[in-house]
Amino acid sequence: MSKFLTRHQKPVLWTLLVVFIAYGFYFWDSVRTTSILNFTLSYALPLILAAMVGIIGERSGVVNIGIEGQMLFSAFVAFFAAAATGSLIMGAFLGMAAGLLAGAFLGIAAVRWEMDQIIAGVVINIVAAGITSFYYTPGKSLPAIVPRIKIPVLSEIPLLGPVFFNKSVFVYLTLIIVVVLQIMLFTSKWGLRTRAVGEYPSAADTAGINVFRTRIFNVAIAGILAGTAGAYLSLDAAGWFERGFTAGRGFLALAIMIFGAWNPLGAMAAALFFGFASGMASQLQADEVINIPQQFINMLPYVMTLVVLSFSAGKVRPPAAVGQPYKKEG
Amino acid sequence: MAPLLEVKNVSKSFPGVLANDNISLTVNAGEVVALLGENGAGKSTLVKMIYGLYPPDSGEIFINGNKVELTSPKAAIDLGVGMVHQHFQLVPVFSVAQNVALGAEKKRYGLYDSQQAEEDVAALSQKYGLAVDPAVKIEDLPVGTQQRVEILKVLYRDAKLLILDEPTAVLTPQETDELLEVMRGFAKQGVGVIFITHKLREVLAVADRVVVLRNGKQVGETKPSETDQAGLAKMMVGRSVVLDVKKELAKPKEEVLRIEKIVVKDDRNLIGLNELSLSVKAGEIVGIAGVEGNGQRELVQAITGLRKIEAGKVYINNVDATDSSPYQVHKMGVAHVPEDRERDGLVASYSIADNLVLNRFTEAEFSKRGVRQVEPIKKLARFLVEKFAVKTPSIETNAGALSGGNKQKLVIARELAWGPKLLVAAQPTRGVDVGSIEFIHNQIVQARDNGAAVLLVSAELDEVLGLADRVAVIYAGKIVAELDAAAADRNKVGRLMAGGDTN
Amino acid sequence: MIQGEEAKKLHPTLSYLVQKQSLVVPLIAVLVAFLIGSVLIALQGVNPVGAYQTIFNAALGSERGLLRTLEKTTPLILAGLAVAVALRVGLFNIGAQGQLIMGAFFATWAGFTFTNLPALLHVFVGLLAGVIAGGLWAAIAGVLKAYRGVHEVISTIMLNSIAIALLDYLVNHPFKEPGQALPRTVPIFETAQLPKLGFVPVGFLLALLVAMFISWVINRTTAGFQFNTVGANKFAAAYAGIKIKYIVVASMLLSGGLAGLGGAVESLGITYRFEPAFNKGLGFDGITIALLARANPLATIPAAFLVGVLRSGAPSLQFDYGIEPEIVDLLLAITLLLVAAPILGKLIFRKYAKKSETISSGWGS
Repeated sequence: MSKFLTRHQKPVLWTLLVVFIAYGFYFWDSVRTTSILNFTLSYALPLILAAMVGIIGERSGVVNIGIEGQMLFSAFVAFFAAAATGSLIMGAFLGMAAGLLAGAFLGIAAVRWEMDQIIAGVVINIVAAGITSFYYTPGKSLPAIVPRIKIPVLSEIPLLGPVFFNKSVFVYLTLIIVVVLQIMLFTSKWGLRTRAVGEYPSAADTAGINVFRTRIFNVAIAGILAGTAGAYLSLDAAGWFERGFTAGRGFLALAIMIFGAWNPLGAMAAALFFGFASGMASQLQADEVINIPQQFINMLPYVMTLVVLSFSAGKVRPPAAVGQPYKKEG
Repeated sequence: MAPLLEVKNVSKSFPGVLANDNISLTVNAGEVVALLGENGAGKSTLVKMIYGLYPPDSGEIFINGNKVELTSPKAAIDLGVGMVHQHFQLVPVFSVAQNVALGAEKKRYGLYDSQQAEEDVAALSQKYGLAVDPAVKIEDLPVGTQQRVEILKVLYRDAKLLILDEPTAVLTPQETDELLEVMRGFAKQGVGVIFITHKLREVLAVADRVVVLRNGKQVGETKPSETDQAGLAKMMVGRSVVLDVKKELAKPKEEVLRIEKIVVKDDRNLIGLNELSLSVKAGEIVGIAGVEGNGQRELVQAITGLRKIEAGKVYINNVDATDSSPYQVHKMGVAHVPEDRERDGLVASYSIADNLVLNRFTEAEFSKRGVRQVEPIKKLARFLVEKFAVKTPSIETNAGALSGGNKQKLVIARELAWGPKLLVAAQPTRGVDVGSIEFIHNQIVQARDNGAAVLLVSAELDEVLGLADRVAVIYAGKIVAELDAAAADRNKVGRLMAGGDTN
Repeated sequence: MIQGEEAKKLHPTLSYLVQKQSLVVPLIAVLVAFLIGSVLIALQGVNPVGAYQTIFNAALGSERGLLRTLEKTTPLILAGLAVAVALRVGLFNIGAQGQLIMGAFFATWAGFTFTNLPALLHVFVGLLAGVIAGGLWAAIAGVLKAYRGVHEVISTIMLNSIAIALLDYLVNHPFKEPGQALPRTVPIFETAQLPKLGFVPVGFLLALLVAMFISWVINRTTAGFQFNTVGANKFAAAYAGIKIKYIVVASMLLSGGLAGLGGAVESLGITYRFEPAFNKGLGFDGITIALLARANPLATIPAAFLVGVLRSGAPSLQFDYGIEPEIVDLLLAITLLLVAAPILGKLIFRKYAKKSETISSGWGS
């Protein structure tokens, strides 16, 4: 524990500072603070999951610009599967399966076919948009809403309780995924191999690691997370589906991934920051503290992305082999 | 007892080339077999098949008398084959221990056990006298130490057959001698060693047997006791070769390049050149000797405008050229043969003709009011292909389809065609066959005799010593000594390259 | 070229096809996509032959249909060119959509703002406004790429969203047509309208000329040589003294300008005003068109025409058979998949197949 603290001094201090300030505001205005933080989390959740998809892919050396399409396709499948079967669980399950399928496609296209990874991702986006807009049928509805699960004791904590511990299974799942991924990536055998494949594939290959299989496997598995994000969006966050439903979240997630320096926890912090900024702006707008046309509030995350990237893109270093198909020399 | 490794009648072809034609090779436990051949002779292809990196088209491989299918490096590693690659296969951002353990990780609580790995590496490096700190990141290590890590990687996997692919290319003469010692040590402990090289001296010093390849064919097998350098060279090339470059004594004239205390950062933002000063005069070849990674690349890029100069000055013909763009430097009369011709020197998907005007396309002859002049470009191309003996079906052929030697001739042709005042040639003969090497060396000497100043950077110490009129030794981003070619012998230069002094 | 050399040993017809595979593969891709599409249409309980007939009849069977088809094709050619030009430099301009609507709006703005301009001049000013707006919008991404290392795919997507929000604001507030429920601008003056010659819109002819001009620039000029070199090998380009940053910004400026021109032609020649609902999806079709055309400027013309036919004819499908016009999105997506993935090429040409080109190099640069 003490070793953990000394090694991660900065993030730990920052977290404490944020919590401290949050409680400061909470005692000043508990209703608004809770509502902003609730907004923050629900806004950030799909971005966090989608950023994990990007992180797994890029850490293994594959750019995933198709997260948007993977999420859209999964959200579509999850919603209509749930509507058709009358089971949310079935919907979520099939949504994740759809994500796996879309992930596997990217893996095979990028690795086996040595297709340009960016083009492959864009193809996923366009194909997902094509399928979901053609097969979209209006007027369907979900059998039920996703239940909240109150965690005993923890949910009684002021502020943190309602924000983090009285949520749907998607929230808990996401938080667990982030923590597990952080640990796996940096301390497990899988993580060591994954990072080797993303940094210097031929070194991994000559050390007896199957670069192709590792990449395809990781990108496909990451697809399940994109599927989870899609299922969350249509089943939980919205409760409905429409064309172009993911609204660019898959791309914001890539910016968040870079902002978080390809670290799961860093990306989560970045996503929460994005959510908080949007929540704060909406709240201020609603309270008429500021008077900015709604369109400019809508623009905020995109402008923030550009600003953030233009200051961080050169500073943080991506995995060295990202975007390059691995070819054996010959 | 069956030999450790037996390769029988193995062939392998790639689109357009027969890389290995019916090769057989035997290695016994405890012996060092040198695999000798020029660039492109098929040495690397052969050992990569033994290491499972690609499958043979035909033929059989036996290990300890058992026929084996080496479908992946993993299969080879499991059978006790280990390989130290010519281009180090190390992840720069990983620690030494992580690199050594990668692919053969030990686990604790289901996670990678970094502590165990560091202890194991420390123990191994102690046992074999290969000193290295297991916790340091690879990117922070000098090249010689990185090679130790490569060897440790193989030892960690208990290799019984050790393949070393051109391991001495990056070492000083003294480090080379040490490595040859280490190889003998392995043999003494019963390990079979395959040593790939094209340096005859090393073969004679370490090998028990020598197998020679030429153009993908096995041309013979001999023992060091039964031959000498000239004999080996003849086997390797198929004719007697002139090992020395013939040239007159230099007649240096006015100073063309003057570098005053330049400071340049490397790719990792650390100091790459540390107040380096150097001068090159018209009519002389100054050769830079040094272990790779001591600032050679940064020096070339700083002169040619490809890297920012933080402090200090560069003058070309007494004109300040500090931080000029590559275009401006070219206009000042500087030709640049880049170290990595595939990456920097050529556009593989362009025709030979377009590549021959790659940095001259704006010249009035080739561009009128922004429109490219196709005929003059073709005319120049036909002339240069002829003059520099580039072997190609036509000037419309893509540069990417040429052989290594012809690609390099293409670059040399482009850079020398217009009579530059300064030629900066980096690794001008890397990966080039002997015939082309002779040709390129003669071209460089000719450029000097025509009055150009030549700065030659090469990792091959023999090339520097053979071509240069003056040798400047670079170490840690500084020129540590300048010697007259006559006074520069291998040992002295080697010690300087390692950071020692001449005494 | 070894492929080319080996191919010479084949039967002459076969060898010809191998050499021309960048033409053959897209054609077959379109055919296969239509085949798959017919299965999907059949699954909806509709006779695919009849459905395709309806599309082509509606798009090409009458003068009115032809006019509509050419009107649809016009901005598509320009959007396709926009993406193709950037691809030549190794940049993937996914933001043609945003640049196009910026161009559409500012051309309209010029069309209803300047009064008393002679007709020809007014049209020109309108088109120029569109080109400048689109070009500058894309140049933001170019500058971010060249000087801040922000990958153009992300930045252009963000700029798309920003453009949509910005224009939504402009047509709802400062430039809203008074007394209108719909968010839209007032119409442009007649002097700013692009005329039609029979069933041929003048904008279409303009797009053809622009495509030819771009083709000439890319293949014959020094500027084009620099574009191609940066796209083919940026290290060699730097070595050759080409100012890469400058080329990146210039190419994005050109690419965005072309997309902006696409929007302008649409505003001045077809819609005569700006309404956010008008130009949806054109920029994304531009991606499909550019990839179908393998980034060859002249080839964007037939590719755009194909997409134009589908887009123009699809609404009749709903009318005749009750099939959603989004079938076109699906058809185009399948076409794109078949063109972009090297599956078809490998299936047909086996070992003679050309490698798919790599345009991206990750986020780092």
